[in-house]
Amino acid sequence: MLAGSILTLIGSLFLLLGALGILRMPDVYNRMQAGTKATTLGSILFLMGIGIGYCGCVWKVTILILFILFTNPLSSHALARAAHHMKIALTNRTVIDRLREDEATEEDKC
Amino acid sequence: MANLLYTIAGIIAFSALFLPLLRMIKGPTAADRAVALDVMTIISISLIALIAAMAGRAIYLDVALVYALISFLGVIAVARYIERGL
Repeated sequence: MLAGSILTLIGSLFLLLGALGILRMPDVYNRMQAGTKATTLGSILFLMGIGIGYCGCVWKVTILILFILFTNPLSSHALARAAHHMKIALTNRTVIDRLREDEATEEDKC
Repeated sequence: MANLLYTIAGIIAFSALFLPLLRMIKGPTAADRAVALDVMTIISISLIALIAAMAGRAIYLDVALVYALISFLGVIAVARYIERGL
């Protein structure tokens, strides 16, 4: 029970960090990174702590963890691709943009 | 002791729910708002699971599962709409 509660506390701290990253990052893509990675780790730790601490709901919590683990990168990837397709400007400290280079070479070939 | 830690974790996660809300009000483009909505959904799934565990009712976890499914579909639909229209 105590181990589960400590895991849940660490997970909630990661959730708070992810939410702070959503608010503070300069760019859509940076926000997406912060929001997806930190929040996935935080929610996995949170749900794992709940599944350890309270017996009787382990299977549903496992299904929930697997579902979040599979769908969260998928939705983030689709959103990032849509934002890049919409030509939202990157922040001015960006060094390289491989997808734009790839699209430019594809257009040259055609 | 463990119940106190669970309560503190719930309070921290609940306060984390307001920061993406600010981004959703302020955000310059539609993609920002969709990302903020995604993060808020994940935080509220965790909160629903915590409430289900503390109330001792495992059936509330089904609500969290269905909410995760619907939010995934919604984000995919918004991304497709941004990319090439409906």
